[in-house]
Amino acid sequence: MNVAPKRDSYDVVVIGAGPAGLAAAATAAEADLSALLLDENAGPGGQVWRAIASTPVTERDRLGADYWAGAELVRAVRTSGAEIIQRATVWSLDRHLEVGVSIGGASSLVKARRVILATGALERPFPIPGWTLPGVMTAGAAQTMLKSSGLVPDGRTVIAGQGPLLWLLAAQILRLGGRIDRILDTTERRNYFAALPHAFAFMTSPYFAKGLAMMREVRAKVPVVSGVSELAAAGDGQLATVTYAVGSRRETIPAELLLLHQGVVPNVNLAMAAGVEHRWDDLQLCWSPVLDHNGSASVEGIGIAGDGAGIGGAGAAIVRGHIAARVAVEALAPAAAAKLAPMATFRASLAQAERGRAFLDTLFRPARQFRIPSGDTVVCRCEEVTAKDIVDAVAIGATGPNQLKAYRRSGMGPCQGRLCGLTVTELMAQARGKTPQEIGYYRLRAPVKPITLAELAAVPKTEADVQAVVRG
Amino acid sequence: MTKLADAIVVGGGIHGCSTALHMCLAGMKPVLIEKDYAGRHASGVNAGGVRQLARHVAEIPLSIRSMGIWERIEELVDDTCSFESHGQVLVAENDAEFDACRARVAELNALGFTHEELIDGPELRRLVPAVAESCPGGVVSRRDGAADPARTTTAFRRKAAALGATVCEGVAATNIRKEDGLWRVDVGADTYAGPVLVNAAGAWAGRMAAALGEPVPVETVAPMLMITSRVPRFIDPVVILRGRKLSFKQFANGTVLIGGGHLATPDQDRNETVLDWRSLAISARTVFELFPVMRSAAIVRAWAGIEARTRDELPVLGPSARHAGLYHQFGFSLHGFQLGPGAGAVMTELIANGGTQTRIGDLSIDRFHPSTPWNPR
Repeated sequence: MNVAPKRDSYDVVVIGAGPAGLAAAATAAEADLSALLLDENAGPGGQVWRAIASTPVTERDRLGADYWAGAELVRAVRTSGAEIIQRATVWSLDRHLEVGVSIGGASSLVKARRVILATGALERPFPIPGWTLPGVMTAGAAQTMLKSSGLVPDGRTVIAGQGPLLWLLAAQILRLGGRIDRILDTTERRNYFAALPHAFAFMTSPYFAKGLAMMREVRAKVPVVSGVSELAAAGDGQLATVTYAVGSRRETIPAELLLLHQGVVPNVNLAMAAGVEHRWDDLQLCWSPVLDHNGSASVEGIGIAGDGAGIGGAGAAIVRGHIAARVAVEALAPAAAAKLAPMATFRASLAQAERGRAFLDTLFRPARQFRIPSGDTVVCRCEEVTAKDIVDAVAIGATGPNQLKAYRRSGMGPCQGRLCGLTVTELMAQARGKTPQEIGYYRLRAPVKPITLAELAAVPKTEADVQAVVRG
Repeated sequence: MTKLADAIVVGGGIHGCSTALHMCLAGMKPVLIEKDYAGRHASGVNAGGVRQLARHVAEIPLSIRSMGIWERIEELVDDTCSFESHGQVLVAENDAEFDACRARVAELNALGFTHEELIDGPELRRLVPAVAESCPGGVVSRRDGAADPARTTTAFRRKAAALGATVCEGVAATNIRKEDGLWRVDVGADTYAGPVLVNAAGAWAGRMAAALGEPVPVETVAPMLMITSRVPRFIDPVVILRGRKLSFKQFANGTVLIGGGHLATPDQDRNETVLDWRSLAISARTVFELFPVMRSAAIVRAWAGIEARTRDELPVLGPSARHAGLYHQFGFSLHGFQLGPGAGAVMTELIANGGTQTRIGDLSIDRFHPSTPWNPR
């Protein structure tokens, strides 16, 4: 099952088997390119279609029709001729398009003529006081358990935050018989007005009816508190209470589980480590790769599709996957490109899929106080660096996340900034009166996921080494 | 606008920052120009070794001078720089290597240097208990140690600025020329002018020297390093090997730094490097064999800093052979970090006093230009 790639070079290597990666690999392989699809999970589907090929949840309406749409794309890839390797952790990509991948505890280096990154999204950090306590977890982690094992919370549970995924998770937990005591909605009231100009596009998008129905379903069963402007978790070594404020009214409630979520951001670590240029997106409040209209990045031969290219949702991800693959086919096998749907068709589909996105981005733009913590709130949980530590380092001369390394070890732990990077950039920007773009981000380095020393030691030697042995 | 300075230092690595700081201590007002930020390249991302051990004889006097400064580094820069002195040990992996160690220590003793000490197998295993049983011995330099390079370079920059140096970061020094007896350098919209120009531009110093008519056989290299997850404390000194390329150091927090000089591909104009994982795998194999306790440690990050290596792997330190008021301090060839504090002090003595007690004659730029006549303006 866990075998190394069959070849040492491919026309196209696709990284990530979510909607974008599945679409890209299928398209590339159908055009007769040699395609390798590498995915970290046990089965294809990414986050949105996690465990699509293996979930124990059989009653289809509980996970929703959008979930089951993934099964069709998985079938398409499996018949396309693409080589698919699951539980494959890509730990390196460089501008020579060499991919370092760990499979079943052994690493290989494979060369690609084109690489399509479909590494998806990560949950945005939600650094409130007490967020590192056992008993506090992200909504995404809860959803992973729900999809892959059918597990739902049965203790006193509070969900806090905002965004479409928060409502989706709440609905899925309730349908599977789980318990939710209260939902604390942190959407800023002024965002409703700011989002109004985009409302028409949203109401005519597929999100609208589905979203409204889901929120109605959840509100019928769970008390929802809107306009939450402060949030803190507390407990002695374990979550015990959640305190929140709405305007001047404050309340503390007991809780055994607090699920936090305030949207997702592109997972940029691999692209950044490969040297792809990124810039700060002031609407989505995150780093996004700089791409042309075909999804091609600043590093020759690398295309990026799906939420890793900027959050667009599953529908847009599929189309961006097709587009990125078509670009690869045009470059490597122009004759085969003629058999694919024309680019104009893909672009029209993309425009359709992206309808309503501006509304969601504006409505669910997370509030400053939930993005930029202060005082003793932990920012970097790997190295236990607090907001105050970082502000103090700025005061004595740290100018950006990389310079911070001379003062604090934030971002140098095993997560490579996935859990703190955005917070550090925005916190330093606020402390220095600069924009996040001016402050910049950690310089990310491979391995973007850790590998053991023994595994690296076993990496096949260079061809020259091998030949020397053969001759000797 | 043209601003006057007593000296213009180009390059904000450990060398430029140290020279600027020592100039301030000597009563000068220098300007330090760094195109990125202090410690952005090799000075901030090297292995942090503070090592007299195994150096070329030509740079031992400078290294010893520097060691004296390291031992009171906090008095100088108001920061510990995370300097710790647990010694550095060179391990011989077989008898032939051990014989070479014995000859080397005898040679140094004959020259009057006593910092390197030959150690037998039992002493080696006392100092480095985890090392493989088959190693017959090695050499120790007991005052050596390690520091945090980013923190050190930043501390030198900060102290230089506090003592009155003007520090310009994020803008390159351009249009370097001599007019009316003064060196002039454009920095964005400003021009700095002064009687002294110090070329401490690291990987970019070769271009600067060539542009001033003093080309030096120097190449840009990017030695790779990798760091592991935390493992229980098992080793105090820094360990290097006599034969194979490896340097090995465990930090107080348990992480282990693995280096040794395998090279990445530098892209100087992009400020980037492309790592060579097959070479890093060689380092991993060496550690795998030498320290079995490390086998299950996770590699969490690998990187490379960009720096200059000369043809003879010795730095260029001292006055220009062509231009009055120009001084070179570059080409430290993968081992310049420990020398930084001392080189700044020596450079300042050359400039302020016209000479130094520290023997650096073999590091002069003359060695690459035996036929170039001394031609002061």
